[in-house]
Amino acid sequence: MEKDEEQKRIEGDIEGLTSDCKRLEGLNALITGGSQGIGRRIALEFANEGADVAINDLSSQKEKANLVAQYIEGELGRDTWIAEGDVSDLDDMKKVREQVEENFGTIDILINNAGINRDSLFFKMEKEDWDKVLSVNLDGVFNTTKAFLDHVRESDQGRIINMSSVIGESGNIGQANYASSKAGMIGFTKALAREVVRDDVTVNAVAPGFVATRMVEDIPEKVKEKIIAQIPFGRFAEPREVARTVCFLASNDASYITGEVIRMNGGYYM
Amino acid sequence: MTEEKMEKKLHNKRALVTGASRGIGKEIANTLARHGADVVVNYNTSHEDASEIATSVELAGKETWVYPADIRSFQEVEEMKKSIEDNFGTIDILVNNAGINIDKFFTKMEKNDWETVLSVNLDGVFNCSKVFLDDLREAEGGRIINISSVVGQRGNLGQVNYASSKAGMIGFTKALARELVRDEVTVNAVAPGFIATDMVMNIPEKVQESIKKKIPMGRFGETKEVAEAVAFLASPSASYITGEVLKVNGGFYI
Ligand SMILES: NC(=O)c1ccc[n+]([C@@H]2O[C@H](COP(=O)([O-])OP(=O)(O)OC[C@H]3O[C@@H](n4cnc5c(N)ncnc54)[C@H](OP(=O)(O)O)[C@@H]3O)[C@@H](O)[C@H]2O)c1
Repeated sequence: MEKDEEQKRIEGDIEGLTSDCKRLEGLNALITGGSQGIGRRIALEFANEGADVAINDLSSQKEKANLVAQYIEGELGRDTWIAEGDVSDLDDMKKVREQVEENFGTIDILINNAGINRDSLFFKMEKEDWDKVLSVNLDGVFNTTKAFLDHVRESDQGRIINMSSVIGESGNIGQANYASSKAGMIGFTKALAREVVRDDVTVNAVAPGFVATRMVEDIPEKVKEKIIAQIPFGRFAEPREVARTVCFLASNDASYITGEVIRMNGGYYM
Repeated sequence: MTEEKMEKKLHNKRALVTGASRGIGKEIANTLARHGADVVVNYNTSHEDASEIATSVELAGKETWVYPADIRSFQEVEEMKKSIEDNFGTIDILVNNAGINIDKFFTKMEKNDWETVLSVNLDGVFNCSKVFLDDLREAEGGRIINISSVVGQRGNLGQVNYASSKAGMIGFTKALARELVRDEVTVNAVAPGFIATDMVMNIPEKVQESIKKKIPMGRFGETKEVAEAVAFLASPSASYITGEVLKVNGGFYI
């Protein structure tokens, strides 16, 4: 059977995995929006570092999620579970928690990665565009964290890692909704970090610049060139680079880091 | 996973750590060696401590070169460079760690206290970065990592000189990062909170306790926790990170 493009991408990812030790051995992670793009790469890196990985995504992504799960079990030899659910819906996330508990275990590391954008200039932006982006990107963090905080608190190495964006700090034309949601995640990170420090849970964020996922690949070539011209590194980030940073924060090496936002943007914003 | 993929993250890299005879610098030297780097140990006066580090680096199976130089002196740094080049090779990773403090309230702080701290903590960074710049540019994925401090971000009583030097390092980091981007050299800083080294253990016990109360994690950091952050920034994992200041402070300053 001929491998489809999705499979080839995952195999390419697995080919590029590196690890000098199983830093996440014995830990369970949940990654929201884990069926593609950055989330998928994090799922694969985590499995490669020895973690068992639950993948959350919308039911419409089921096929992709299945494929990731198949590789995590088959190629990387870790346990996995597909936790179907919409992060923008608290009831859904509560159900997801029950399912995860029953079928997978309790979560040590929560990665709030699910996110969307609906770009338009503010004068054209409808309330709907605002609501939709905020409900997935920011309410989603609330809902997922609310549902899983008990798990993370009970862990010996509890970690919450939020996928923010350089846009949350620098702003960007046509992204008032997206920028607000990503800046909001930074506030959430810092506030929750202070609350859960006594439970030995760290809460941090990663703020990547533009990352070469399919979302960015699909931008018209001309526009892409314009963006790249603004990045001192002259290239987009690779999903690998984001995932490695998340791995570092999840590992025991980062035990004294909390409330921090790690910028990784190729010099785009300092 | 194949053998090749298990290779250590700093395999084939050569690092120079300034002020590596004690405290954080010592731990950085050991940690980088553990991750596969050969390490030059720079220090100023603590000969015995420095040779101990050299031994532990060698025990980790890595090569080492020990060189005393007062980083305040551009000339001494140049001599160090020559010696390293002749005996060890060129440098891929420069960790500007050497630092001192002379704490006094500003009313009592003499010009001399200001100059001494600035010259080690900030001029020292200039001197070492300047002298090793060519090495780093030619390295594949060169790295400069500056050990700043939370005090440079939030200030602190009795540390006007120290805070200025550590904030200065942050400006240095961001400015040089922009210049070196095209050479694929990244320049980053680590800003530790209070870490259990001589620098902190010399503070009176009572004051130590009151500091700890202000740290959300309720404890000082360990040198290892700073050293691993440095190792991360030095590794290929951090290849898209530049001009960044990574806080390692147990929630002390968010
Ligand atoms: N400890 C903390 O809580 C803390 C927090 C934030 C940042 N930092 C920073 O971390 C760095 C290391 O601090 P530490 O706590 O490890 O200090 P430490 O234990 O006092 O060690 C200082 C090191 O710097 C070297 N050094 C001092 N002056 C030098 C000079 N002129 N030339 C070359 N080397 C010199 C010393 O070498 P000799 O012994 O040979 O003189 C020693 O190896 C400093 O930059 C400090 O500002 C420390």
